Amino acid sequence: MTDYGEKRTAITGIGLSEVARPSSKSGLALTVDAALAAIADAGLTRAEIDGIATYPGANWDRSGTSPTGIPELRLALGLKPDWFTASRELAGQLGCIFSAVSAIAAGFARHVLVFRTLTEASARRDLKGATAHGAGRDRVIGIHEWTAPYGAVSGAPFFALHAQRHFHDYGTTSEHLGRIAINARANAVRNSAAIYRAPITLEDYLASRMIATPLRLYDCDVPVDGSVAIIVSAADAARDLRRPPLKIDAIGSALRARDSWFRSEDLTQTGAADAAAMMWRRSDLTPDDIQVAQLYDGFSIHTLMWLEALGFCGRGEGGPFLDDGRRIALDGPLPVNTGGGQLSAGRLHGLGHLHEACVQLWGIGDARQVQGDPRRAVVSAGYGGGFNGCLTLIRE
Amino acid sequence: MIEKRAERWQRPSRQLPDWTDDSRPFWTSGADGVLRINRCADCGTYHHPPAPICHQCLGRAVSPTPVSGRGTIVSFTINHQSWMPGLPTPFVIAYVGIDEQPDIWLMTNILGCAPEQVAIGQRVRVVFEQQEDAWIPLFIPEGLADD
Repeated sequence: MTDYGEKRTAITGIGLSEVARPSSKSGLALTVDAALAAIADAGLTRAEIDGIATYPGANWDRSGTSPTGIPELRLALGLKPDWFTASRELAGQLGCIFSAVSAIAAGFARHVLVFRTLTEASARRDLKGATAHGAGRDRVIGIHEWTAPYGAVSGAPFFALHAQRHFHDYGTTSEHLGRIAINARANAVRNSAAIYRAPITLEDYLASRMIATPLRLYDCDVPVDGSVAIIVSAADAARDLRRPPLKIDAIGSALRARDSWFRSEDLTQTGAADAAAMMWRRSDLTPDDIQVAQLYDGFSIHTLMWLEALGFCGRGEGGPFLDDGRRIALDGPLPVNTGGGQLSAGRLHGLGHLHEACVQLWGIGDARQVQGDPRRAVVSAGYGGGFNGCLTLIRE
Repeated sequence: MIEKRAERWQRPSRQLPDWTDDSRPFWTSGADGVLRINRCADCGTYHHPPAPICHQCLGRAVSPTPVSGRGTIVSFTINHQSWMPGLPTPFVIAYVGIDEQPDIWLMTNILGCAPEQVAIGQRVRVVFEQQEDAWIPLFIPEGLADD
């Protein structure tokens, strides 16, 4: 296998702030908590952090989608980076990890602090409609020009359009989607940091309020206040740190499909398949080697379609593949979203999935730890709309 | 008659687009009752959203071109959630593929019938709703009274 740049990088530390609905802490305070936790987890000092990356950078609005950027964090922690970046036009939320990998491979930095912070729960408490796309504007611009005039001001109707077509073409059902929501909740029951921890049944799921057909309340992720931080290090600088390094085995960032936020080229197979194909090309692993999967679940349909995109099953076969939830359960052959995912643990926007993959590979999942000492994980974030990315992690 | 039926499912206000030079023709085309989609004069390909170049042949001779306004529903959702104040529910959000080139999908609302009567594959035609200087393309089922 080619010596791709990502194989010379590893995750060495993780940090998670309080995750709450809402938190009494500011976005910056949450970010500081997560960042310091991650630096300490790696066994580093702040002086050794020479790179910073985030997605998407601060949004100076009232949406809570990204209250904190690099400038505030750098000043708050007295960081002195050689390299830093924030970008919103990326291969999904993991794109900030890919940026860190690129910087390390290029020799710009040795230990990059990556973070993602949201305060969407506070924003919603303070202002109804705060997180609707284009909220507060008289006229809408950019990509919202094509959607907001039609009341499509949230991710839910977009992905409802994907789900409806998947149901139509492949016979996928609400019961299938329900298995994903129920699985997430079953894992959240075992995760003390999760937001919703009361078990749900298929009957509960089917009785939950319709948001945009066929997506129900339990198909939608949970807005929270919280921050995740991840330390990405050069592999040769990772060996003597506190935890066994988790090698970034392969990344998938490709986008061939003519997808944009307001429409994907193909509703039942988006550019996620392009990202997945690139990832597997760069890896010696196959889907059969994966022991833990953290698959994006902004909506339940995302997880189902990532299972297909990543080749765990064929296109259109995601529903039956779930096997009434047995296959993706904590004690099943492919445990999925082991911390409760965004559906039950809270919407940490992809970086929460990466955090959970690290928890599992380091064996620190306590009541939700996957048995059998898992060493190989896949993580995906984003879905459709030209916003997809994935990676594989290996503890060697 | 159509208008009466349409009103029943119509939202009282919409967020209007702050269009660009590229997109203005799309949002104002309905003033004469005709839907126009950008088309390349060299290779004949339609494009949406409108761009100043053809992504197939990179030709520059692209311009808003009248189409029939007829199409087919590719997918839809009945939106029940009120995402912001002043957004009455339920309403239908759909993609409509236009007859001239079915891979051109317009995001739109379906009016003129009850939400639960909407289906993938349903035939629809364009109507326009004027708000300020914008003419928002919307779709209603084919075969209503004055069709």
